[in-house]
Amino acid sequence: MADSVRITRAIEFSSSLRLARRDLTEEENRALFGRRAGKHGHNYRLEVSLVGEPDPETGMVVDLKDVKDLLEREVMDRFDHRDLNDDTDFFEKRPPTPENVAAVLWDLLDAAFPGGVLDRVRLFAGADHWVDVERGADS
Amino acid sequence: MISVTRRYRFSAAHALRRDDWSEDRNWAVYGKCANAAGHGHDYALEVTVAGALDPRSGRVVDPVVLDRLVGEHVLDVFADRMLNDAPTFGALVPTAENIARAAHGLLEGPVSEATDAELRRVRVRETANNTFDYGELR
Repeated sequence: MADSVRITRAIEFSSSLRLARRDLTEEENRALFGRRAGKHGHNYRLEVSLVGEPDPETGMVVDLKDVKDLLEREVMDRFDHRDLNDDTDFFEKRPPTPENVAAVLWDLLDAAFPGGVLDRVRLFAGADHWVDVERGADS
Repeated sequence: MISVTRRYRFSAAHALRRDDWSEDRNWAVYGKCANAAGHGHDYALEVTVAGALDPRSGRVVDPVVLDRLVGEHVLDVFADRMLNDAPTFGALVPTAENIARAAHGLLEGPVSEATDAELRRVRVRETANNTFDYGELR
């Protein structure tokens, strides 16, 4: 798509979490995840990138107001000022590592946005650690 | 495709100059960066690795292991010193491009050996306005 444009919208949410698997003992979780097996928290920053050709009439790929509303509904309402383990159903079988949180966000957003528009999800867990999930041959 | 990036910081001095060039030529090519006594930067080093998600840990890489590898193989070599004197560079001028290439070279093997992930890219941020990438550039 020669005329495609990539746009990125960022949001921030704060959550508490434990890196712990329910099928492991507390001791095993401590061995696997260290201090982060205990309850702690992050300021997450999520950068959502969408790719498409601008509509010839509006000059926009998508209406950013729609993007904002969608992110509010899909991400903020579910995760902001919540506990990822106790207040959501996503991490019963996998620990909320940045990788797994990013994968959950990718799945939620890829289902919510029009087909194929989502290009990349970048999730910062603190300022110096981030995870990218990109649309590739395997996704 | 999932990748993980961690950002590290180090401070170092360098001078961009070659001993086999005249003073005039060094200044013509490198400008004020050629000052023989050196100058310094607070660098940020962003290390990106990619690989399969380990179902046991839910991680691509254990950050504790990556921190140790970057500490031992890069930060201990580069931090708080004159980069021109670091054996890694030898006769190579320690431009940020060469710092990025050197860091990539120092990390690629250890990351492969000590983790299930592969090094994908190293980004060196020399100042707030200048960054240098080596590896996969997309």
